[in-house]
Amino acid sequence: MAHPRLTSRQYLILALVAICAPLGDSCLDRGMTRLPPITLAHPGALIAAVFTPWVAAGIALLIGFFASYLTALSWADLTFVMPATAFGNMIVELLARFWLHEAVSLERWSGIILITLGVGFVAQGPASTDRSTPFLEAEPAEEQLR
Amino acid sequence: MTIPSPAASPTFWASIGMMAAITVFSSAGEVLMAAAMKSVGDLDLVRARTGLSGAIRAVVTCPPFFAGVAFLALGFFSLLFALNHLPLGLVAPTAASLPLVLNALAARFFLKENVDRRRWISAVLVGIGVYLLAH
Repeated sequence: MAHPRLTSRQYLILALVAICAPLGDSCLDRGMTRLPPITLAHPGALIAAVFTPWVAAGIALLIGFFASYLTALSWADLTFVMPATAFGNMIVELLARFWLHEAVSLERWSGIILITLGVGFVAQGPASTDRSTPFLEAEPAEEQLR
Repeated sequence: MTIPSPAASPTFWASIGMMAAITVFSSAGEVLMAAAMKSVGDLDLVRARTGLSGAIRAVVTCPPFFAGVAFLALGFFSLLFALNHLPLGLVAPTAASLPLVLNALAARFFLKENVDRRRWISAVLVGIGVYLLAH
C-alpha cells in the first residue's frame, strides 16, 4: 500500500524526540552529580540546582523533547512514535562507546541491535492509520508487509 | 531529620503490583496523551493557522491532555515508590520495556490504530532491546 512519506520537517521532529530525552537526562545526571548532596532539610538547594548550567540545559532539552513528542503524536500513531523514543537509548550507548570510550557489554550490543531492527521495521510502514477506511476493513497485515 | 529504616522486603505479589502500577499508569498516560493530540490535529497546521500561542492553547485546553499528564505523574510516583522497595536491576528494565508492549495493545484497542504485524514485531524487538540496555 502506498502511504504518504514524511516530510523532512517531520523527520526532524522525530530526530528531536529521539535525541532530546537521553541528552536531557544525561545533562541532569551530570549537573546533579557535580552538586553536593541535597537533603530535605535544605530544599532551597534543590531550587538553586535548577539554575546551574547543566541542570538548566537538561530541563530545556526535556521541554524540547516533550514539545516535539506532542507534535509527533499529532500526525503519527503512538506505535510509530514509540520506537523513536527508544532509539535515543541506542544513541546514548553508541556515544558512550565511541565518544566516552566506555565498555559496552555483549548484552547491551544485543539490545542496540534489537532496537535498530525494531525501529527499521516500523519506519518502513505508514506513520499514521488511514482513517478514511473503516478500521475493521483495514488492509490485512500480510498485504502491508509486502 | 531522622532517617527511616529500610522497608521490609515486599512479597512476590506486592512486587508484581508495583510493576503493574508503573506499566498501567505509564501506558494510560501515553494513550491519553496520544488521544489528546489526535483530537487537536496536526500541530504544525494549527500553529501555521493560529500561531504558537494558538497551538499551545489548543493543547492545554484539551481535557484528555491533563488526564494523560495526571497518569504519567502517577506512573512516575509509582516508579519512585518501586525504587524505594525493589532493586534497581528489577525496576529499571521493567519500567523501560513493559509499557512499550502494553502501549501497542492499548493503541490497537483504544486508539483504533492499525497495529499490523510489522508494528507488533517492532514493539517486541524494541521492548526486549530496551530491557537489555536497562538491565
